[in-house]
Amino acid sequence: MERIVVTRDVMEDPAGPPPPGPRPYTNPYLAGVGLGLVLLAAFVLVGRGLGASGAFNSLVAWLTSLVAPDYAKDNPFLGNYLNGDDHPLKAWLVFELVGVAIGALVSGLLARRVVRTIERGPRISIAGRLALAFLGGALMAFGAAIARGCTSGQALTGGAMLNLGSWVFMLALFAGAYATAWFLRKEWR
Amino acid sequence: MMAPFYKLGAFGDETALLIAFLVGIGFGFFLERAGFGSARKLVAQFYLRDLAVFKVMFSAIVTAMLGLTYLAWAGYLDLSLVYLVPTFWVAQLVGGLLLGIGFVVGGYCPGTSIAATATGRFDGLVYVAGFAVGTLGFAIASPLFDGLLGAGELGPTTLPQALGVPYGVIVFAVVVLAVAGFAGATWIERKMAARDAAAVTR
Repeated sequence: MERIVVTRDVMEDPAGPPPPGPRPYTNPYLAGVGLGLVLLAAFVLVGRGLGASGAFNSLVAWLTSLVAPDYAKDNPFLGNYLNGDDHPLKAWLVFELVGVAIGALVSGLLARRVVRTIERGPRISIAGRLALAFLGGALMAFGAAIARGCTSGQALTGGAMLNLGSWVFMLALFAGAYATAWFLRKEWR
Repeated sequence: MMAPFYKLGAFGDETALLIAFLVGIGFGFFLERAGFGSARKLVAQFYLRDLAVFKVMFSAIVTAMLGLTYLAWAGYLDLSLVYLVPTFWVAQLVGGLLLGIGFVVGGYCPGTSIAATATGRFDGLVYVAGFAVGTLGFAIASPLFDGLLGAGELGPTTLPQALGVPYGVIVFAVVVLAVAGFAGATWIERKMAARDAAAVTR
């Protein structure tokens, strides 16, 4: 049987610039190993893992303390982030999350993936998608506060540490997400 | 025993903050590399079209877990000095469910919303605003959550302690489960791709 050999377009200069548009994402296992080594570095260097929601808590505690300092200090949740004499934003997770923004931007720029866009499925309006993005954020703020962490601090960090509560959390997270997906298929599919 | 360096006094708070910033850059870089600045890519996990969330998460967990295990066995790292979030299993179950629901509704989790915002996704920024407002809302309502926050308290507990099984056995089991999960995830992706292709031709 004759084999069909597909060759590159001979007109294309192999040393020329790559085609415009976003580059494909990194292999998930490779990206995961990279992420795991970053997490391991945090464990070894400072004795703690990654996080995200904690930085939001510090930011909200600081903003609230600007408007209502006494209320913020006495609040059982925000007060946790206003202890000590240091500025509330002088916190490990705040510095880490600023780094996350820069690291993501660098990676995105290198791969031509920085675009002004709104991620949504083909069947939902922009207003609808933005309303759900806001609602989802607010829901997750409650979830992260109750669980004492989010996907970074609980699932990833606690997962690697074999933390009992984190594994309970992780299973619940996947269960909650799969149970919700069908109801929101119009947002995404 | 040399690590964790900060806990053993090798450097001070200011250096720790610099490391936080550098570690964050690495974290954000690999999140974006994996495609986690895109809500559609993230949420495809829950429609079984692209299981990268599972693959990336478990490759990262296995990598860091094996690293911790070997460094501890080699006597290089004192695992008891690495901070372990205390277990409140009821609170973590309820919080995890809420986060799972919110993940599909909002399209991101807190860390990935920052990666999305940094790479131009306006819905990522709106998610960030929602998370901030939600945090304030939780703070205002927090006296109501006292009972739930303390529910299922077991203190800092690891899976090996809870199950009464040696640490190495759990490590091995997690590796086996992850590898089986990777194979299963790829099988599901292929199956769904074939189904979608058949639906288009029909």
